Amino acid sequence: MKSLRSIALGLAIGLGGAATTAAGELTIATVNNGHMIEMQKLTSVFEEANPGITVKWVTLEEGVLRQRVTTDISTKGGQFDVMTIGMYEAPIWGERGWLEPLEFGADYGVDDILPAMRGGLSHDGTLYAAPFYGESSMVMYRKDLLDAAGMDMPDNPTWGHVQDAAAAMTDRDNGVYGICLRGKPGWGDNMAFLTTMANSFGARWFDEQWRPQLDSPAWNHAVSFYVDLLTNHGPPGSEANSFNEILALMNEGKCGMWIDATIAASFVTDPGQSKVADKIAFAQSPVAVTSRGANWLWAWALAVPSGTNQADEAKTFIEWATSREYIELVAATNGWGSVPTGTRTSTYENRNFLDAALFAEAELKAILSADPSNSTQDPTPYTGVQFAAIPEFQAIGIAVGQQMTAALAGKVSVAEALENAQDIADREMRKAGYY
Amino acid sequence: MNDTQRALWSERAAITAAWVAGILMFFPIFWMALTSFKTELEAIAVPPTIIFDPTLENFSLIQERTDYTGFAWNSIITSVGGTALAMAIAVPAAYAMAFFPGRRTKDVLLWMLSTKMLPAVGVLMPIYLISQKLGLLDTRIVLVVIYAMINLPIVIWLLFTYFREIPKEILEASRMDGTSTFNEIVEIVIPLSWGGVASTALLSIVLLWNEAFWSINLTSSDAGTLTALVASFSSPEGLFWSKLSAVSTAACAPIVVLGWFCQKQLVQGLTFGAVK
Repeated sequence: MKSLRSIALGLAIGLGGAATTAAGELTIATVNNGHMIEMQKLTSVFEEANPGITVKWVTLEEGVLRQRVTTDISTKGGQFDVMTIGMYEAPIWGERGWLEPLEFGADYGVDDILPAMRGGLSHDGTLYAAPFYGESSMVMYRKDLLDAAGMDMPDNPTWGHVQDAAAAMTDRDNGVYGICLRGKPGWGDNMAFLTTMANSFGARWFDEQWRPQLDSPAWNHAVSFYVDLLTNHGPPGSEANSFNEILALMNEGKCGMWIDATIAASFVTDPGQSKVADKIAFAQSPVAVTSRGANWLWAWALAVPSGTNQADEAKTFIEWATSREYIELVAATNGWGSVPTGTRTSTYENRNFLDAALFAEAELKAILSADPSNSTQDPTPYTGVQFAAIPEFQAIGIAVGQQMTAALAGKVSVAEALENAQDIADREMRKAGYY
Repeated sequence: MNDTQRALWSERAAITAAWVAGILMFFPIFWMALTSFKTELEAIAVPPTIIFDPTLENFSLIQERTDYTGFAWNSIITSVGGTALAMAIAVPAAYAMAFFPGRRTKDVLLWMLSTKMLPAVGVLMPIYLISQKLGLLDTRIVLVVIYAMINLPIVIWLLFTYFREIPKEILEASRMDGTSTFNEIVEIVIPLSWGGVASTALLSIVLLWNEAFWSINLTSSDAGTLTALVASFSSPEGLFWSKLSAVSTAACAPIVVLGWFCQKQLVQGLTFGAVK
């Protein structure tokens, strides 16, 4: 009995240490990306400059983060004072009044934020999230393999160029595949890439009356091209590949070409993690019939949920973490090659950064060319390049992504997959009352 | 082949099958531990490397970036606390069902087990909202209560099985001597089935130590357990396999050590009913 009493007492003491949130203590939800980890390390600099504010980090897996922040914000749970969100959520949540509008002092330099990023994180001209780092998509390719094949990659290739280059670089005997592309289902996985590809083939998600257009010839052409390209020149098991899987293949020297987020450029050119770091070159995303929407636009951004009672302190933190001074702090700590990119014009005007990041020019060009409000050949009622910024898109994107993966795996034909996808999208849009 | 030879071959086949099963089950753990000592580049190498220069870089990074001790302490408190609460409810419940069965006892037992078939995500929102209204989000208390509830069916089932093995005559004799129900449970039933009770508690602790869904969804900065820490090492953009392996190894280590020390009691307890 004595031991039972001891256990009970111990547990009571342990349980007594339950959570309490002190005034001035910010809880920040984020993902485990390199730039976010660096921000966590530099938190002490912020705390020293702002006595009375301390920071607690909650690092979550991306899917869990989305679910947790959505739950918290919709129930006004007040679990987080600052949230890491993306370009998809910012305008939708801003419109619903779930986020605090962000206004900063003149020193912050709002005009220095790249216009595409600012626009994508705003609703009706009000900024609801400040970009921490941003990205577009581009071609990253093995220049040595292309040279050996006697071919060139233009700065602005067509899908025809990409197909020829992929065929020339494929060497199955040595485990080298001409092209690696996302195949794993998900609105932010295969559908992010496939939407940009479809955009360039003249496709769109919805017409002006919000009717899905997945059964259009343009979608069929784009998806057929994608399936053929990966089947003939891609690695086995492409249907399970997304960013990290392809990054591993690319760094191992198994991919001739990869079209994905510009942030990958810093990884594939890092000798510490890539076997082919000095053999990589860059080009803009390929186009078919139009260059509109051929490359995506995304930002990981910091926002303040309207449920927090520490909005002022939270905004102070965001002002610090997304400032020019923060970028300079990272440069002074880890070098210009490690700074968060894709957010500010001044970063791309800095000679030190341009010298350290060989991909800077291509990245900036890609970001500047992406226009979320004009991303398709035919007019649409939605904004967003690789997504349609409506609440229903997440569910539709996931379901359609599964159909595309099934087509890539050969379980259904492209026509069947698109027909199923059209039915799914039509059902969801009707249910949501769009028509 | 005579009977002796046949028996010998049969024994050898059983031993071989046991070894194969053991190796198959242990291999992922071995590979995880091995990967934790690799660099990210070595972790993704194709074909995989077996011989390499081991590094402790990943472990020092975990120490530098996270409060491992805090997460481990939360794991200990919530798994032991959840088990203690579950046992406090389950022992009297199993006692009643084993020694005073009614017409519907078997149905009640089956119904309790059927609650384990409900997907946890189905009750996430109600539990999240209740926790929020009670101010219990990100506290160890909410995890202890939920952990106790999710393990209750299996704990009651196991205890019921062990209690049923106790001859009723012993309890009847004690009642003749005027023993109260409480004393009957504490001084007769529990000591007589101590092996089963201990192994049930150990099994419950192991299951709760590995629980991730509720910990990830109901905690943030204060009450997160080691499973939440492991989940936080997955990265959407960037290689993380060796770091994830290191944090997983560090999270598994305490419970593996506990299991190692208690394996005799665990096996004894779990086979208690089977061999009788």
